[in-house]
Amino acid sequence: MTVPAVRVHSLPGRRRRRLSSSLAGWGYATPTAAFVLIFFVVPIGIVARMSVSDWKLFTGDQGWNSGKNFQSAMDDNLLWPAVWFTVKYTVVTTVILLALALGLALLVQESNRWTGFLRTSFLIPSALGLASASLLFYALYSPQSSPLLGFTDKPISFLGTPMSALWSTVALIVWRYAGFYMLLLLVGLQSISGDVYEAATLDGANRWQTFRRITLPLLRPSLALSTIMCVTGSLLAFDQFYILTKGGPDNSTITIVQLIYNSAFQGRNDLGRAAALSVLVLGVLLIINVVQFRGLRGKEN
Amino acid sequence: MLRTPSRVLTGALALLFLFPLVWAAVASVSPQAGTAQVHTWGFGNYQTLANYQAGITQYLLNSTAVSLMTVAFTLIVSGLGGYAFAMFTFPGRNALFLVTLAILMVPYATLLIPLYVLLNDLGLQNSLVGLSLVLTMFQLPFAVFMMRISFESVPAELRESALVDGCGNFRALLRILLPAVRPGLVTVGMFAFLAAWNDFITPLVLISDSEKAPLPLAVANMRQQVMGIVDYGATEAGVVVLALPCIVLFLALQRHYVRGFMSGALKG
Repeated sequence: MTVPAVRVHSLPGRRRRRLSSSLAGWGYATPTAAFVLIFFVVPIGIVARMSVSDWKLFTGDQGWNSGKNFQSAMDDNLLWPAVWFTVKYTVVTTVILLALALGLALLVQESNRWTGFLRTSFLIPSALGLASASLLFYALYSPQSSPLLGFTDKPISFLGTPMSALWSTVALIVWRYAGFYMLLLLVGLQSISGDVYEAATLDGANRWQTFRRITLPLLRPSLALSTIMCVTGSLLAFDQFYILTKGGPDNSTITIVQLIYNSAFQGRNDLGRAAALSVLVLGVLLIINVVQFRGLRGKEN
Repeated sequence: MLRTPSRVLTGALALLFLFPLVWAAVASVSPQAGTAQVHTWGFGNYQTLANYQAGITQYLLNSTAVSLMTVAFTLIVSGLGGYAFAMFTFPGRNALFLVTLAILMVPYATLLIPLYVLLNDLGLQNSLVGLSLVLTMFQLPFAVFMMRISFESVPAELRESALVDGCGNFRALLRILLPAVRPGLVTVGMFAFLAAWNDFITPLVLISDSEKAPLPLAVANMRQQVMGIVDYGATEAGVVVLALPCIVLFLALQRHYVRGFMSGALKG
């Protein structure tokens, strides 16, 4: 796996050193290159081919089918509700999560023992896997075992209506990720120099003005990174809905990725259609990310 | 001045975050109708978990094997890769680095469908090794990036002096540079462990044999054990078993994790 520096005696010193440096570099980079090639580049090629082929789970590749997969993916009457639901979920999650994370970051900005305890408490849920957290909330929301029902006489249905299922899932995600985004924003907050705040105080700025005119603009890079991560993560949501709502009630909480999974492995077993759908998702995601980068950078200047 | 009221408020907020975890731990051993622990406190729910299908030991073993393999692969590949990217110039270096980072841009689901077919072709279907290799690939963007900046932040004199002393570059890597980049390796290893231990959709797609399921998949499947009736007690016990190693690891490495995050990961 590793190639020691190869010595080629006949070449002049400098060229020889450069050549041996290239060889050694490639030697060390080979495992990375092999992984990226076999498990990333090749699969991208396969998914591209799959998306234009008649390719079922159990029969394999049956050859070119001239865009029928895209047609069938677009004709699915669950597609647009799923797109709409995913977008709605993404907006709600991103707004609530980032606002809360910013609040928490401001709260624990100073370093002392108490804020240390607070930081740890907010961060601990981030150590859990998303699937574990979803299972935990699945029990927490269940009519049989929920401790949250003790407070009211009327049973609350956390996952029973489309609206409550959405908000219950958002609550789970906020609980799981608030600490993580708090940490990201804390990094940004701590890179703002104390002098700037001091100057603001000297100029007679109050706390709100300082936050509005100094903290927020200088925090923009961290906020931009958090927004991009949160939007991308939410658009690709799967685990939480697969475990918590199974897409229900009445298919009201099906996300795009669930649609891809269902096309490929549940019911239809149509890999070609799932591939077509995931190629579309990949394309849309790239566009969204380019727009986000542009937009967030544009504002920065 | 406003210390006490603000402490009460922030303390309540902290408890709100801790509550679900504490509740799961307590509920898993408390009496509850419809579970294996009906009248008294005890470990009946863990008993259920232990006897579920292949038994929790099997699933724990699967998860441990997958996590350790993923950590090992990730450390080896990203350690060598980071060294290559940081210390050598070679043709295709930037292209390879960019393609590695591009893994982040592609949704898991998009890759898992072709990987399901590819692993079949490679004879790695339904195998924990195949699962670990795929999980390693998902770790590479972060791991290679992290190791690259770790190596780049080692003073150049340190490496040069090692080479002048007559070590080959592999011995320089082993003897002198690895100790210097240990914080980076710990961060990468911990992230790889947590990701592999917790991943759900990858084994859901790639592992169809329930004996080979890692723990998150096994606990999620357990809910469908009896038609319509879910044993919430066993689910709570499963969550505790799943969460415990993560929380212990997190608390043990918290200082390191937070510091590594703040100094390294965001500098680039």
